[in-house]
Amino acid sequence: MAADSLGGHRGRPYPSPSITEGPMSTDSTSADAVTLGSEGPLRGATTQAGGPAEPPSGESRATVSGGRARRRLGDTIFKGLSISSALLILVILAGVAIFLINRAWPVFGAAPEEISGGQGFFSYVWPLVVGTVIASVIAMVLAAPVAVGIALFISHYSPKRLSAALGFVIDLLAAVPSVIYGMWGWTVLAPLMVPSFVWLSENLGFLPFFETASRTGRTLLTASIVLAVMILPIITSVSREVFLQTPRLQEEAALALGATKWEMIRTVVWPFGKPGVIGGTMLGLGRALGETMAVAIILSVGGFSWNIINAGNSTIPSEIALNFPEASGIRLAELVAAGLVLFVITFVVNVVARYIVNRRAEFSGAN
Amino acid sequence: MSTQALRRRRLDDIEGVELNPVRASSNRAFQVLAALAVIAAAVLRLAGVNLALAAVGSYLAFVVLVHLVYRVRNGGRVAADKTAKAVLYGTFIVAIVPLVSLLWTVIASGGATAVNPDYLLTSMRGVTGVHDRATVEEGAPLIGGAYHAIIGTLIITGLAALISVPIGLFTAVFLVEYRSKGRLATAIRFLVDVMTGIPSIVAGLFAFALWAVLFGVGTKNGFSGAVALSVLMIPTVVRSAEEMLRIVPNELREAALALGVPKWRTIVRVVLPTAASGLAAGVTLAIARVVGETAPLLVAVGVTQGINVNPGDGPMNTLAVYAYNLFKYPRNPGYPDPSLDRAWAAAFLLILVVVLLNLSARLIARFFAPKTTG
Repeated sequence: MAADSLGGHRGRPYPSPSITEGPMSTDSTSADAVTLGSEGPLRGATTQAGGPAEPPSGESRATVSGGRARRRLGDTIFKGLSISSALLILVILAGVAIFLINRAWPVFGAAPEEISGGQGFFSYVWPLVVGTVIASVIAMVLAAPVAVGIALFISHYSPKRLSAALGFVIDLLAAVPSVIYGMWGWTVLAPLMVPSFVWLSENLGFLPFFETASRTGRTLLTASIVLAVMILPIITSVSREVFLQTPRLQEEAALALGATKWEMIRTVVWPFGKPGVIGGTMLGLGRALGETMAVAIILSVGGFSWNIINAGNSTIPSEIALNFPEASGIRLAELVAAGLVLFVITFVVNVVARYIVNRRAEFSGAN
Repeated sequence: MSTQALRRRRLDDIEGVELNPVRASSNRAFQVLAALAVIAAAVLRLAGVNLALAAVGSYLAFVVLVHLVYRVRNGGRVAADKTAKAVLYGTFIVAIVPLVSLLWTVIASGGATAVNPDYLLTSMRGVTGVHDRATVEEGAPLIGGAYHAIIGTLIITGLAALISVPIGLFTAVFLVEYRSKGRLATAIRFLVDVMTGIPSIVAGLFAFALWAVLFGVGTKNGFSGAVALSVLMIPTVVRSAEEMLRIVPNELREAALALGVPKWRTIVRVVLPTAASGLAAGVTLAIARVVGETAPLLVAVGVTQGINVNPGDGPMNTLAVYAYNLFKYPRNPGYPDPSLDRAWAAAFLLILVVVLLNLSARLIARFFAPKTTG
């Protein structure tokens, strides 16, 4: 009885049983009602003691709605949908690997002469991998210190009001489409870089990296600088988050001991946030490894070379973007295989980075 | 004497803190020096020095002067503190400069063309290098626009949102409402994080490969692009939605469940509406993230010059791919300017869309924020 009348409220958002149909009625289903009445507050208590919000589990729910198929049907469908969506994520990730392998397969069976360069897939993809890694590492090295500085600035130096505005600026930096970064790098940054390239080759020309200078500025170093700007936001946001998690009491203790703000940051904030910063930097590296358009537009590609201030080198993503539209047959498989290599590299980098960042998060939860 | 030594040793244990009391300092010198640095940069620029050189030079001088002034007036510790402050302010300027330069370039190069109705309402069908040459040499009006690309962007991004939002929301519901702990949830949360790092071009290759298996090699259409974008969009939606569902107070759920409301109705009628503003903001940001994607669409959708409104039939064009193509491969390589104008105008439209989406996400989150108390 009580159960039916409760069920009758399905159309309303907040069914509120009146006294007559409430859990107090003494009919056959009162066992359910009692369970319902006694579990509510109990659960509330455990939740409060347990800290993080954990909704009631499905099992206790089954007790409450005991034996009513109509309700369970809705629950079953909804729960099924959420579980299958979650599993779909696993399927998609596996699918990315499987379908790329499927399309790249001809490469692994092909004779070395059929591959571009004529010496097999490995020697085709190796210079691309090295080019990708060099460009990304330069970007990471350039971006990380600046990003950490900005993160500290936002978390500990700027006034609160300004912080929000600065956060928006960083978000915007992250939101600008990569193709526009590429166009900007080609039009504005590359010509600007030429004088400094010339200076580098004149003064540091004995190093293999700076042998001869490009006259257009469309070099790996220019591309790396643009990549650095592009990965700045992700490193900044991860770092800022860990800096903000620093236990307030420790910061205040340091200040109370007479530390200046900078000493407080050095002795409290930095040791606490360092693993998070490392993780964030690796996330930035992962982003740089996979970044396509900026490199494809800016870099005037060529074979591998140690010289980073002249034309030459290429990266996996830009190789794919530049050649894919016209590719067919074995060339297509080759590009997909290069994409597979890129996927594996970024996957590993991201897994390690996330592991570091997440471990940090658990750690800080204990504080 | 012995207590002195003891005290000294204890304080020395704290790494980085020297027994060197801080003398009171004011910010005045810092501000004065900053103003002087700005003036110096302006003067150097007017004297004909390269702008970048003038800015970097006066900034470095500023940092050194801050250090010296405070060292003399307040000692080494304050000097280190103020120098760090000067350096941190500098890093922030380093981030602002490229953004301002980029926005300025896009607005200056593309703003005028982008507001031209002819540009907005015509496609590139039939536009050849001959027309571009006429535009440059005879001053003929610029013909050929981005109408087809605008339509393509709307269709493909819309489809991607249609695919990603339900999947993302349901996954977030699973993670928060059904299994907030446990191995499966941890694994999925971790993989979603990893998925945010999938290179966009790999997502494009995935869609291409999937379509090649399903519909034959070389099948490129709008749906394929939508699938590629979904791979990039789903993790963003999941993460933001999860965060939003998590801040819905547990009391609301308990109240509904205690009244006998089925769990799924509790989620649909209580939890989701409470978090609605945050969810909307998250979805908006996710759309902003994929609307400017180029590489996956280049790979999965291909390029066309005409209007194609059917995502199931052949290549389409999108603003980002349109900008890339005209920029990299001008219609008439001898007279690239008209093509560059079109590309910059497309870039302008993209930036406009992205900024508006970001702003509206912020406004939605602020003005429709849920009341999380009680």
